[in-house]
Amino acid sequence: MKKILSLKMEGITKAFPGVIANRGICLSIHSGEILGLLGENGAGKTTLMNILYGLYRPDEGTILINGEPVVLNSPRDSIRMGIGMVHQHFMLIQNHTVAENITLGYKDAPFFFPLREVEKKLKGFSELYGLEVSARKAVWQLSAGEQQRVEIIKALFRGAHLLILDEPTSVLTPPETADLFEILKRMAKEGHSIIFISHKLEEILTLCNRVVVLRKGEVVGEADTREVDKVALARMMVGRDIVFDLTRKKLTPGDPVLEVDNLTVRGDRGEVAVRELSFSVCRREILGVAGISGNGQRELVEAITGLRPADSGTVRVAGRDVTNSSARLISDYGVSHVPEERIKFGVVPNIMVYENCILKRHHRPPFFRGLFLDYDAVKEHSSRILKSFKVAAPSTSVPVKNLSGGNIQKLILGRELAGEPCLLVAAHPTYGLDVGATEYIRTQLLEHRERGISVLLISEDLEEIFQLSDRIAVMFKGEFMGVIPAGEVNMEDIGLMMAGSKRLEARGK
Amino acid sequence: MKLFIKVERRDSTSIPLTIAVILLSLLIGFCLIAGLLAIQGIDPLFALGKIFAGSFGRIYGIGETITKGIPLILIGGGLALAFRAKFWNIGAEGQLLSGAILSTWIALNWAPHLPAVIVIPLMFLAGFLGGAVWGFFPALFKVRFGVNEVISTLMMNYIIAEFLNMLILGPWRGESRMGFPYTDSFPPSATLYQLPNSRVHLFTLILALCFAFLLFLLIYRTKFGYEVRVIGENRDAARYAGIDFFRNTIILMVISGGMAGMAGVGEVAGIHHHLTYPQMISSGYGYTGIIVAWLAKLNPLLAIISGLFLAGILVGGDAVQISLGLPAATVHVFNGILLFSLIMGDYFLLNRLLITIRRDRAEGRTGGV
Ligand SMILES: Nc1ncnc2c1ncn2[C@@H]1O[C@H](COP(=O)(O)OP(=O)(O)OP(=O)(O)O)[C@@H](O)[C@H]1O
Ligand SMILES: [Mg+2]
Repeated sequence: MKKILSLKMEGITKAFPGVIANRGICLSIHSGEILGLLGENGAGKTTLMNILYGLYRPDEGTILINGEPVVLNSPRDSIRMGIGMVHQHFMLIQNHTVAENITLGYKDAPFFFPLREVEKKLKGFSELYGLEVSARKAVWQLSAGEQQRVEIIKALFRGAHLLILDEPTSVLTPPETADLFEILKRMAKEGHSIIFISHKLEEILTLCNRVVVLRKGEVVGEADTREVDKVALARMMVGRDIVFDLTRKKLTPGDPVLEVDNLTVRGDRGEVAVRELSFSVCRREILGVAGISGNGQRELVEAITGLRPADSGTVRVAGRDVTNSSARLISDYGVSHVPEERIKFGVVPNIMVYENCILKRHHRPPFFRGLFLDYDAVKEHSSRILKSFKVAAPSTSVPVKNLSGGNIQKLILGRELAGEPCLLVAAHPTYGLDVGATEYIRTQLLEHRERGISVLLISEDLEEIFQLSDRIAVMFKGEFMGVIPAGEVNMEDIGLMMAGSKRLEARGK
Repeated sequence: MKLFIKVERRDSTSIPLTIAVILLSLLIGFCLIAGLLAIQGIDPLFALGKIFAGSFGRIYGIGETITKGIPLILIGGGLALAFRAKFWNIGAEGQLLSGAILSTWIALNWAPHLPAVIVIPLMFLAGFLGGAVWGFFPALFKVRFGVNEVISTLMMNYIIAEFLNMLILGPWRGESRMGFPYTDSFPPSATLYQLPNSRVHLFTLILALCFAFLLFLLIYRTKFGYEVRVIGENRDAARYAGIDFFRNTIILMVISGGMAGMAGVGEVAGIHHHLTYPQMISSGYGYTGIIVAWLAKLNPLLAIISGLFLAGILVGGDAVQISLGLPAATVHVFNGILLFSLIMGDYFLLNRLLITIRRDRAEGRTGGV
């Protein structure tokens, strides 16, 4: 296999029924370069990269490697050419170990005892790039960051020179992101080329050498990252200026809607994940829970929404005790939930968009009347959600799996807010959303707050936490290191609290 | 010059394509069957001609095809529902027998004293119940203890078959049967009207068509059907949406088993008029029903068509078996081959085959199939 010194995509066009995902796209990258790919949700980034990885055939256009045209009909072809891809959604086999996952599809593995050889080689990569993973752990035991590393190593094992990373950071904690950037920079120095997709403009600016911006399937701009800033990039992307500072009206919070008292919850492995936690969220209030993921946030959310039993303690919603009630009952009481793993929990990819829009409310009027579901009402409801949340989809009668990642997220948010809930539990609501959509969702959350709902916001994005929250809680090892009014705390303190090295109390308490 | 064959996921599928693929897979299936016949030294065209002449060609054959289609439509519809939830019910055979047994109990004990208008509905109710019970237990084992339903439903088939054998050899053996392992003949009030010159039991046929329609509505139009589809497509999302896996699985297996149970009633009340060996009551309808459901793309209305089609093959198979002297298992081999090619066809519906001819390193011509 020869090294990829340069790669060019010329005039790539790809149409799906109802949409043209890519339209005459030209793109080039050379060895040692990190290229950022930026664009709104549904702009066609994933599609373009899937073409490069041989998953889709372009309708038109050619791909040239080192100046020579190549035909990439399947991932096998691409892998042979030295192209590797880490997908937007992980594709590892959860019950297998790291080494087993890597061995799958590694064609040079010896027939007997392939794992031994793999483990040896794994060590080499760890040292060369700082990619550390334990080979014998099962994938389900790994954090998102570790799984990411496994995906990268898998690609490297197959001899990738050009590595495509589709939104790799949306599931990573900030320190994990920093680690990833270190690794990627080292790989670039070794002569690898990297295509990096992200919606976070700072990331593109710090990591990439060059950035290409897509809009509605076309290249609308290209720049050296030293010569542009966030505002310019955002404008290139959405074609208008983005407000990075939102105005949050001062409101007096109402009665408590969510009251959590002495709540203890266990995680998947039986360990105590949430420890004797007590807090409340009031009407017209957003409580932001900051913290590095894996500190009990998921378990807390699941206990509140009825997806996980509480060990002890109580959860009350609008005065009613809902501890260990069913998910349906809690949802009927007006609790909406934007789940962390959107593809896994939030939607049913193989059924239609309109059917997904009533998930959780399909058993109540106006969708369910008498014996049958009223599909006219369902379709009307779903077109309303698509319109008001600007979900890009050819129609409501396509399976959800045909939507782009960000549009699926918008659909979930639209659905959860459409029910006029009294409490919204939102885990990472703007994961994978472009700047425009992020701005829109945040404004929506603030607007709903003004209308009187309360929001429990789980996020790792401190900017988001500070923009939206009335009070901020920092979660560390299942406990809150303090719950503080947003005005009384700065980023630095929050950072210390996230690391568990500082506790703060609200003043005046 | 080199030839490469590649497989790629299709971006989308259309209805004409689906039909074309199904027809093509059936064609391939029949070609394989033809090959098999040729190896046996039988003229395949002659034999296949006989199959269709036997099942669809003559009035009697058509009657037989419909007769065998009745249980297949009922079972295929019920299995379509179960398979929607990815509950792999392989136990329709046992559920059919269970229904046959319970309705026979009604026929033997109550029918002599009651008119048909009461007995017949009671028998179907009992049959539904019998099948439902036999479907209920594997469902319970699955949701309670995580027992794999493929194994439990399959095992339940053997249990009920042996239980039936025990009944007809022991307590239920008819006094008028001179030692043969049959129950007594059902009284007239427990038998179904047959269309003239055939064995088509009209009541069950109408029932099967009605239920196909009802099941269609159930799957596509009701809350229960919606929940079943969500469970089948994404269990985690179902949990998130507060959909009760326990309750829905139990209900769907009660229905699925009940459908097979009613098929059993049709067989004993409509055809045999007594209870006898399991393999006499059902010639593998519970298993053929799996193909019916699959061929119908898990749509109970289409199961009417696929049920009649497979019934035709069963009847035609019987015909060639007799006229060409082939072993009795031949029909099942045919069915197996057809199912196999249909499942292969499904694969090509989801994936596209690319055949590439390469001359130089990179230049290529591609053609999609
Ligand atoms: N398999 C498919 N079938 C039909 N339409 C598709 C398919 N895949 C993508 N699309 C459509 O193509 C467009 C581009 O999608 P793509 O996934 O490439 O967007 P993206 O830029 O990756 O967006 P995001 O940032 O949200 O991930 C979208 O409108 C999407 O609905
Ligand atoms: Mg994408």
